[in-house]
Amino acid sequence: MIDIQSVSKSFVTRDADPVHALNDVSLEIYDNEFFTLLGPSGCGKTTLLRLIAGFEAPSSGAIRIAGSDVAALPPQKRSVNTVFQSYALFPHMSVAENVAFGLEMQNAPKSLIDERVREALEMVRLEGFAARRPAQLSGGQQQRVAVARALAPKPSVLLLDEPLSALDLKLRKGMQSELKRLQRETGITFVLVTHDQEEALAMSDRIAVMRSGDVLQVGTPRDIYDNPQDRFVADFIGESNLLPGAALGRDPAKTIIVRPEHIVVSPVADGAKGHARGAVSAITFLGSDTLYEVVLEEGAKLHSRSRGGAALATGDRVVVDWARAVERELAN
Amino acid sequence: MSAPDLRISDLTIPAARRRQDREPWTFERIIVHALLIVFVILAIGPVLIVIINSLKTTPAIFGGPFDLPTAKTFSLEGYKRVFTRGNFIVNYRNSLVVTVTTIVLTVVLSTLAAFALVEYRVRVASLLAGLFVLGIMLPIRLGTIPLIQMMLAWKLMDTLAALILVYTAMSIPIAVTLMVTYFRTVPTDLKEAARMDGASELRTFWIVLPLVRPGLAAVAALTMLPVWNDLWFPLILAPSRQNQTVTLGVQQFVGQFMNDYPALLAALTLGAVPLVVLFTLFSRQFISGLSKGYSK
Repeated sequence: MIDIQSVSKSFVTRDADPVHALNDVSLEIYDNEFFTLLGPSGCGKTTLLRLIAGFEAPSSGAIRIAGSDVAALPPQKRSVNTVFQSYALFPHMSVAENVAFGLEMQNAPKSLIDERVREALEMVRLEGFAARRPAQLSGGQQQRVAVARALAPKPSVLLLDEPLSALDLKLRKGMQSELKRLQRETGITFVLVTHDQEEALAMSDRIAVMRSGDVLQVGTPRDIYDNPQDRFVADFIGESNLLPGAALGRDPAKTIIVRPEHIVVSPVADGAKGHARGAVSAITFLGSDTLYEVVLEEGAKLHSRSRGGAALATGDRVVVDWARAVERELAN
Repeated sequence: MSAPDLRISDLTIPAARRRQDREPWTFERIIVHALLIVFVILAIGPVLIVIINSLKTTPAIFGGPFDLPTAKTFSLEGYKRVFTRGNFIVNYRNSLVVTVTTIVLTVVLSTLAAFALVEYRVRVASLLAGLFVLGIMLPIRLGTIPLIQMMLAWKLMDTLAALILVYTAMSIPIAVTLMVTYFRTVPTDLKEAARMDGASELRTFWIVLPLVRPGLAAVAALTMLPVWNDLWFPLILAPSRQNQTVTLGVQQFVGQFMNDYPALLAALTLGAVPLVVLFTLFSRQFISGLSKGYSK
């Protein structure tokens, strides 16, 4: 669907050196896919989205949408629409007028516009709100109008720029499944930009993890969670313990990555051998789980997350253990 | 977003005032209020004196300029003479034509120019913006002689069109500078959302326009005052009887040996009416407009 080939983008600033927002990025986004660009702020994910939308032109490289190079096409000539972080609803137009805008600009016949507007509002469950102004809607409703407006002209790709970041936690969870449902129902390719790894894991078919203008890893949520190919990815997606090999009596040139939920902490008295020994330095009760912070004898620190909890106290001498299959070894 | 905000402040302001009334009269509070009262007297006093004296006979004006009109001294003669002896209706019409046309031209041209300056990041944009700022600093009256030559060449001498052209040129620099700060506050997302759907530049401009409405009110009010009150250019560019504006028209009550004070003051009072009406209508938007435009 979208083919990004060695795209680089740098911005020229007035005095300093040019800022490199993207370095030679190559990606392929498939048809009918929910694809997420994930990374901390400033990693270039929004820049990449704007390049696909056509608001910026790449400094080098090519972008193809549905097989044809879009370099020369302005945003309105691409079969792509965007949901903006700020929603960007037109404040003086009603909900229906907002949704109809794109179709009106294409000079679609009135009957078609009416039908598509009704359809789009139905899709986002805002049928009764057609006559309202955006200011009369809640944040979540405005968000849904923005999605309806972007979907009404039936683009083949929908770009979403941190669409949920302005919503509170509960609404955000609701909208996550709502967007996922819309994507399945419409069969449109969604490209989501977010810095929220939980959101990315929950919604995406595939994720590209980005940092400082580079794509570090592309894969399914499970693949990225279970097989991080990079220290940054391991740490950014979920929580990870990055243990120096020396701390476990192994190759000092390697880092061992283990998820907290895979680590079992048990009292030394039990006689378990485990990978290392240490002492519990802090215990945090998280409701369903308990988080133990353990300082190993070699000085490294690790976190273990377990259900229930083995009735340990701060200061207890413990053995830490995990199955060899769940750990990942990376070169330093 | 701005509409609900205004409604909220409407509700909260009276409550805040009520609360304040219960506060004790401390020394500082008395000083602050005394200062405010002095400023109010300075601002409103002269206007009140003009209005009061416009309702009195000439001897009463000089007998006690600060006295309120009594049954004996009350007279509407001045107002009558304004309409019978003077040319006031024509003057009034001229002032309105000149002022309204200038405001419309200024608002239209300056919003378009400001939108372009903000939207199109071409190299000359900053140079052009600089020229507008320069235009604020240069008093247009310095150019009176060239302006006369221009109007003579265009055969516009002694017409209202001459006044309108000069006033529009005079108002545009500050209007553009003010509108630029407004257009800068419009989120880029909104313009991109419009363009992405295929809106033309003009259509995008229309979508953005409602967001800069306080700016439009500020520009209109700012343009109106100096134009309505100007004496210099009407005297030079449109002095003939049928083209006189109000400020020039009242001069007919000023004689070489004797002034018709009641009529002069009555004409001044009537001349201020449109300003007062418009300012009352626009005051809130005007104040919020100015503070926003300049503070950013």
